[in-house]
Amino acid sequence: MQIKVENNKAWFLVLPVFLIVAFSAIIPLMTVVNYSVQDIFDPYTRYFVGTEWFKQVMLDSRLHEALLRQFLYSFTILAIEVPLGICVALMMPTKGRGASLALILVAIPLLIPWNVVGTIWQIFGRADIGLFGAFMSSIGVDYNYASDPTDAWLTVVLMDVWHWTPLIALLCYSGLRAIPEVYYQAARIDQASRWAVFRYIQLPKLTNVLIIGVLLRFMDSFMIYTEPFVLTGGGPGSSTTFLSQSLVQQAIGQFDLGPAAAFSLVYFLIILLVCWVFYTTIMNMQKDK
Amino acid sequence: MTQPSTKPIAHAYKATKEQAPVYSRAERKLRNANLRGRFGLALYVVLLLLPIYWLVNMSFKTNTEILSGLSFFPENFTLDNYAKIFGDPTWYMGYVNSIFYVSMNMVISLLVALPAAYAFSRYKFIGDKHMFFWLLSNRMAPPAVFLLPFFQLYSSVGLFDTHIAVALAHCLFNVPLAVWILEGFMSGVPREIDETAYIDGYSFPKFFVRIFIPLIRSGIGVTAFFCFMFSWVELLLARTLTSVDAKPIAAIMTRTVSASGMDWGLLAAAGVLTILPGMLVIYFVRNHVAKGFALGRV
Repeated sequence: MQIKVENNKAWFLVLPVFLIVAFSAIIPLMTVVNYSVQDIFDPYTRYFVGTEWFKQVMLDSRLHEALLRQFLYSFTILAIEVPLGICVALMMPTKGRGASLALILVAIPLLIPWNVVGTIWQIFGRADIGLFGAFMSSIGVDYNYASDPTDAWLTVVLMDVWHWTPLIALLCYSGLRAIPEVYYQAARIDQASRWAVFRYIQLPKLTNVLIIGVLLRFMDSFMIYTEPFVLTGGGPGSSTTFLSQSLVQQAIGQFDLGPAAAFSLVYFLIILLVCWVFYTTIMNMQKDK
Repeated sequence: MTQPSTKPIAHAYKATKEQAPVYSRAERKLRNANLRGRFGLALYVVLLLLPIYWLVNMSFKTNTEILSGLSFFPENFTLDNYAKIFGDPTWYMGYVNSIFYVSMNMVISLLVALPAAYAFSRYKFIGDKHMFFWLLSNRMAPPAVFLLPFFQLYSSVGLFDTHIAVALAHCLFNVPLAVWILEGFMSGVPREIDETAYIDGYSFPKFFVRIFIPLIRSGIGVTAFFCFMFSWVELLLARTLTSVDAKPIAAIMTRTVSASGMDWGLLAAAGVLTILPGMLVIYFVRNHVAKGFALGRV
């Protein structure tokens, strides 16, 4: 950690960022706040309704279900992706041409547009034209992600694991590469087991990158929209309708601006709260070291 | 004939085994573990590439072949699907539009993030921590929340359906990320370098462009890569803010659903073409990307 000089003129350097983010964040956010307390019939007829929309949103059982589903989803994918990502990172070669190749291959899913990810799995999971769907039915599983809620969940989770495990793997890989060779030599002299090497040398070095990974994954999975939208459209029924999707349904589909805006604010606050808890825990953990 | 010659070799092998150093067992174990690792990695990569392979495979098939059954290789290899995309401006302009606003976003993000990241990495100023968290909080804002306000905002200032609108909207999540990554890389550069340059009579802008930027080249490359990545893969905002002139390829792809059913081959071909730019970009930054993925913080 370097010592920083106190200098308030540094604000001038931050100003461009502040302006550009303010333009695309504060103005829209204030519009949302504006909507959330008004009942709007047309641009010239609007009434102030106070907290009515918030009350309605808080009591809406569909939103409770979507929220529950969202948490379940986020924790499921984190529970799978983090251990799997660490395993993949441990298996990746650190030197030579193999290392570059492995890096590029593993990173490919991250660079595919999200709706194409949805399309890929939409095709891949179909029993008539997709390999995965055909495989499942050939081993005797009655698999159809478009009509069975369990299968739909399985496919959405599988898709996310396929899509985002590489991010965790690459983060961990870069963490592992930062460990000096001497540590491993010392471990070899001590005849440390593979597990001991992992537990006492590699894992501690991975904490920092893992925190970034978990934070990014949590944020992104909490606002997931495009992939399930393309794959299942939120169905069957509403079994894979997550928060973003029910929000878009409400705002664009039914054009209920007031409730949608109130919902947006609640949604944003939940994310902010969870991330703030994460962030401060991380900062405190780093301070303790 | 072979009998006598194998015997001494077997004997010799046995002898070396006995004389082997103390930690040979641990080493052999390590080699086995490495081998198992390679195998596991290969398996993972194969599973990872399988869905993509399936898409590529399908893009070279005709629709009748796709619907008639599964096969690992196209029987009637055809480039028709690709020809259809490259022969129709409403299709290929989608790629041009996407690349156009992604590049714009990359340039804007880098230009505003560079000085800000420098300020965060070098100076303490009033509200710096709050500012940093506020920036990050925008990375956490679900695009769905901003959908409608963005639409109205950009319509009212006359930017709807332009490339710059999408580029600016994507700044919402790319600028905070760029600041975050660059700050990590810049903090790795000792501040003595800054001070020496100032003593040598460099002004701040001159120092920044001539000395500092070359020092964090790889960081800038990685940041550009991340901006590219997140702008390229985003659809929701890009689709909402455009209608004809700046429509991204990802939105045009939804056209393959027509009255006569899905055009699977065309959809697959369009999908394959969206994967290629990403692969090209990652090839260029492959040597720095490992550090970049840890956002410069290893």
